[in-house]
Amino acid sequence: MAAVQDGQVESDAEKETKPDASNDVAGNSSGGARSMSPNAASSASGAAKAAAPTGPGEQQTLLAVLQFLKRSKLLESVDILRREAGLSDELDESQTNDGAAAGSASLLRRVSVGGAAATNIAATTTSKGAEDQPDVSIVLSAYSQQGDPALYQVYYSGLKNFIESVLDCHRAELSQLFYPLFVHMYLELVYNNHEHEAKVFFEKFSGDQECYYRDDLRVLSGLTKKEHMKGNETLLDFRTSKFVLRISRDSYQLLKRHLQERQNNQIWLIIQEHLYIDIFDGMPRSKSQIDSMSGSLAGEARREANKAKVYYGLLKEPEIEVPLDDEDDEAENEEGKPKKKKPKKDNLGSKNKKQDPNAPQQNRIPLPELKDSDKLDKIMSMKEATKKIRLGPDTLPSICFYTFLNAYQGLTSVDVTDDSSLIAGGFADSTVRVWSVTPKKLRKVKSAADLNLIDKEADDVLERIMDEKTASESKILYGHSGPVYGISFSPDRNYLLSSSEDGTVRLWSLQTFTCLVGYKGHNYPVWDTQFSPYGYYFVSGGHDRIARLWATDHYQPLRMFAGHLADITCTHFHPNSNYVATGSADRTVRLWDVLNGNCVRIFSGHKGPIHSLAFSPNGKYVASGATDGRVLLWDIGHGLMIGELKGHTDTVYALKFSRDGEILASGSMDGTVRLWDALKAFDVETDDFTAATGHIHLPDNSQELLLGTYMTKSTPVIHLHFTRRNLLLAAGGYNSQ
Amino acid sequence: MAEREERRFAEVSRDSVKLMAESAGVEVGDEVAALLAEDVCYRLREAAQNSSQFMRHAKRRKLTVEDFNRALRWSNVEAVCGYGAQDALPFRPAKEGELFFVEDRDVNLVNLALATNIPNGCAETMVRVHVSYLDGKGNLEPQGTVPSAVQSLSEDLLKYYQQITRAILGEDPHLMKVALLDLQTNSKIAALLPYFVYVISGVKSVSHDLEQLNRLLHMVKSLVQNPYLYLGSYVRSLVSSVMYCILEPLAASINPLNDHWTLRDYAALLLSHIFWTHGDLVSGLYHQILLSLQKVLSDPVRPLCSHYGAVVGLHALGWKAVERVLYPHLPAYWANLQAVLDDYSVSNAQVKADGHKVYGAILVAVERLLKMKALSLSKPAEGGVGGQQGTAGGVLGFRESSPGLSPPPEPLSEAGLGIASHLQAGGAGCPWEDWTPVPLPAMYCELYSFFGDSLAVRFSTGPELEGCLPALPCQPADARKETVANAAAGLDNSRKMPQLTANLNISPRPDGSPHTEPPPPSLAKVAGSNPDPPRLQRRSSSSRPGQRSAGPSRDVFPKARFPPPQAGPPSFSFLIGGRQMGRRCQGRRFQTSFGPQPPLASLPPRAYAHKLPVIGRVSKPVRRWTCSHYSLHLPL
Repeated sequence: MAAVQDGQVESDAEKETKPDASNDVAGNSSGGARSMSPNAASSASGAAKAAAPTGPGEQQTLLAVLQFLKRSKLLESVDILRREAGLSDELDESQTNDGAAAGSASLLRRVSVGGAAATNIAATTTSKGAEDQPDVSIVLSAYSQQGDPALYQVYYSGLKNFIESVLDCHRAELSQLFYPLFVHMYLELVYNNHEHEAKVFFEKFSGDQECYYRDDLRVLSGLTKKEHMKGNETLLDFRTSKFVLRISRDSYQLLKRHLQERQNNQIWLIIQEHLYIDIFDGMPRSKSQIDSMSGSLAGEARREANKAKVYYGLLKEPEIEVPLDDEDDEAENEEGKPKKKKPKKDNLGSKNKKQDPNAPQQNRIPLPELKDSDKLDKIMSMKEATKKIRLGPDTLPSICFYTFLNAYQGLTSVDVTDDSSLIAGGFADSTVRVWSVTPKKLRKVKSAADLNLIDKEADDVLERIMDEKTASESKILYGHSGPVYGISFSPDRNYLLSSSEDGTVRLWSLQTFTCLVGYKGHNYPVWDTQFSPYGYYFVSGGHDRIARLWATDHYQPLRMFAGHLADITCTHFHPNSNYVATGSADRTVRLWDVLNGNCVRIFSGHKGPIHSLAFSPNGKYVASGATDGRVLLWDIGHGLMIGELKGHTDTVYALKFSRDGEILASGSMDGTVRLWDALKAFDVETDDFTAATGHIHLPDNSQELLLGTYMTKSTPVIHLHFTRRNLLLAAGGYNSQ
Repeated sequence: MAEREERRFAEVSRDSVKLMAESAGVEVGDEVAALLAEDVCYRLREAAQNSSQFMRHAKRRKLTVEDFNRALRWSNVEAVCGYGAQDALPFRPAKEGELFFVEDRDVNLVNLALATNIPNGCAETMVRVHVSYLDGKGNLEPQGTVPSAVQSLSEDLLKYYQQITRAILGEDPHLMKVALLDLQTNSKIAALLPYFVYVISGVKSVSHDLEQLNRLLHMVKSLVQNPYLYLGSYVRSLVSSVMYCILEPLAASINPLNDHWTLRDYAALLLSHIFWTHGDLVSGLYHQILLSLQKVLSDPVRPLCSHYGAVVGLHALGWKAVERVLYPHLPAYWANLQAVLDDYSVSNAQVKADGHKVYGAILVAVERLLKMKALSLSKPAEGGVGGQQGTAGGVLGFRESSPGLSPPPEPLSEAGLGIASHLQAGGAGCPWEDWTPVPLPAMYCELYSFFGDSLAVRFSTGPELEGCLPALPCQPADARKETVANAAAGLDNSRKMPQLTANLNISPRPDGSPHTEPPPPSLAKVAGSNPDPPRLQRRSSSSRPGQRSAGPSRDVFPKARFPPPQAGPPSFSFLIGGRQMGRRCQGRRFQTSFGPQPPLASLPPRAYAHKLPVIGRVSKPVRRWTCSHYSLHLPL
């Protein structure tokens, strides 16, 4: 399961005959190796930087990559990479020897572990060696610094006593040190084969850690042997990333002085090696302030990580002449042709206001041209919008529940089209099922032979191409070979995306109800996928910790967003299509710039894997829901958490803002839909000080913001959708157990 | 591994590893086995941790074998086959030896293949939509309707249901009785409960037909008394139906000839019965009932019959409810009522008659309030018992009419106290939170200012109240006789209001502070408190010409005298004195124009007299036990 993505390894897709699951590196067969796209390189080097921020480290990574390529006989790629990186041959050679040694070492390890794929050992070993090399040489070596194992407890409790004795204002800040120090000291003990001491150490101090690290501690406590450290994902995260702490300068000085007085080198070394202390000037933060931000796998985000400018505004709507709808609504619907449109005076529907100052340039990301049918759809949507109910605390939406009955095979994902005419479900038995929820049945296009007979000039050609015989209420799409975890309709309702455990994302046509493309690249379970609000692009993310941006007409990804330290569990497009948000099992939400692949925001504060995301319709905010049952609200512009909604008792699987953004609906495994007053939640003044320092102070007003709790009949809510008229649709599979 | 005190994980033992190795034909030493065991444990844990993410993404709570297999497959480990069943496989120990195995029966393929009863495939997956919440306000389907997941009723049950409803709502009174009795005792009708509740919720559509309403209420009573039925949340629905009968200005009330008063009385009793016996099934029921009663009472637009319903409802719920809701509202309400009663115009006659009904009901309610309060004050230790008597009185009628069901008095009294104390603890936003009990003297003075001498309970007010309640020693037996005699005579127009005379022994409270929270009833305590301080008995003339404008400090009963201390156990006896005026005396006045004090002997105390004109009397069986409920004669 090890899917380490530090060094982006280029492998040639064509030479890669069979993506063998046993080959650990196959996860990186991005396919874009030969024509090495600049963005892939940028993300690659970005990731490399994360692993080894220093110059030599980076070089070492490159060398490791080179070694791997050589071993895999990908000489062409070796040449390219060497040219790009400007490395000399000798350097490479000298490195090779080390690599060989590392390779044989890892072979031993592999044998001791008892991997099943004996035939693949050679390949695995080399890849393992190359992959692990930067880690082994840089990070793990730090663990070999021997201290007296018996003294670890003394060191730790010494620090504990010190921190407990300092002034209150510093104590909360310095307490942040406990968890990372505890983990690293424990790992050092394990790494150096002091099994017993490690156990005692764990038992003595694990109780002191914050309760939200419980899950990680459970993993950690299971680990008692050096051999087990290889291939354990949680540990790899700890080794490869520095735990980030934010501490005020005063507290830091205090700590430093203490450690220097005590000659406590062991702890000082760990802090130097494995922690990144983000020092700020000013008042130390309070315990609640710290608690609200911590909880992620690698500590808080560094302050500079959230400083990049984000164009969160909406794109200007294309000018569409909207027909006057009051007089003859009926007639309008029947005509339904764009040419019949009357010239229109400006009404609320047309967006002729001036450009939003926070919006990206219209062509920052090339977007597909609007087709006639899209324009028609826009008009319909605007018409519907005029009839929409203005929601608020006093006018709550009606809720319709779509229950999936007899879903014995297990409903895993649901999506509803924007116009609420189709609903699709992904199931654990690898099928995708599409239902029409309007009286209009689903029909396939006629076969090619029959299509030839059709008069192509006829007015109703679009009607004629449909095969009436195939009309039915639902269609089943077969093609995946694993549970379908993510599903998404294209905005124009012509396509459907599905992502599955089998590592592929599939694009289905809703005209022919066949599979058009299978996008391969993840090679590990793909947890989620979503179409861009403008169509054409889509994003996917999965177990390999990389989110990929695709365009429907490319079989290779356009961008790879690397940086998460654990599975990407959910993906979401920003309403302006310029950004992608990803939620992860490392308990952070990241926002990625589609243009250059950079990570522009890291939001930490969740205490469990994130399973749902939603952008507010104005693009300014994003909401995220996690397994801990909490929903957090984030201000994208300032990069700050601005709200916490507590109430659910189980994983929040669905989040959705109403069409105007006044209400946030959340659906959870606990079988409830909850409505929250989003306007009130966002009504927080962010002063300059907060924006500059990032020290948030959250009001605890969940109960005031909660507008309603609505129970289902033992049905977990896994999807929510607001119709264009602000009717709330919820969906879930009835569970009789 | 053995020395590990606390085992954090399930572990595979060394022996198991050896056993496995043996079965695979490999010999392993102890050391190797130990290492292997530990490694296996770790791998298993890792796989389990990895498998949990498959469960999370499948949006399930249950980890399946399938999830575990996926984790294994992605770790390049062979998956475990043959355990994919949804149901748990039984894991059994063999009889001899510590051997466990999964029960896996052989399947006879031939039989299976040749079987004629081919099993049906499972139903097609489908999507169904229903509106769950309209405008974010509750369920679309009203409370108490037949549940949408219709359970299939057996043919017999369906027949039973039809017969019963037809009998109850039909013409034949005898058939109705039989049906009600069966409904009350049948133990197999739980499945029909929602249907009956639904039928009962039809009260709203027959508000013009007193007879039907009555029958539906009887149906409620039968359901409530059926010991085999668990009403659950249907209590709420039943209560709302009953409340409808109590409070709504029924269409039948338009005709003054319709005796809807009796219906309301009956419904109020029913309400109190439901509440005392089933109130614990629905939290906050008491508050909700009180709130809705209060709302009606404080709404001057409502017709008087609604107000009447609210008053009798409060009365039926016990004196604490009266004290909490009715008493604080009285000053405001009085003005309206007074206006009605003082209007002598002909057009107002009907309204005024209604007003008298309300007046009477209020009087009965506050009298009991005063009495019970005095009781609880005077006998802190016995307060519980007194309250119990009061509440027991509330269901007395039911006991009489249904000897089969006799709710034990203890829980009833507990319930009463429990709720009262809960009220004082106060739920958030409870309108009674800031309610403070009014001391008895103040309460009495205020009530006296309203009712004057109509109040049959007499206390002295002012500082010398301590421990002295006016009392008229009357022998119950005598009183009853006199009642009969006087009723027969049907005379004495000078007394207009029912009158309560009390013979009451009270232990003096030195501090004089009212004791509003009687400790929980305890028989031992009661017994222990018996030989307490000397009882004082006060006696005063039962009434005197009073002025309605009596101030709080007015000394009403100056002529109190102390009877000799009694040595016996404390005893109470309350007797109602009053005059039955007959139902048709509608123009009768209640005000203060009292005639000369009749001599004691000529006072005709009647057990049921206080109900008199206030609550309409008809000779129906229902009424009999209604009457008995209103008896204030408390046997001790």
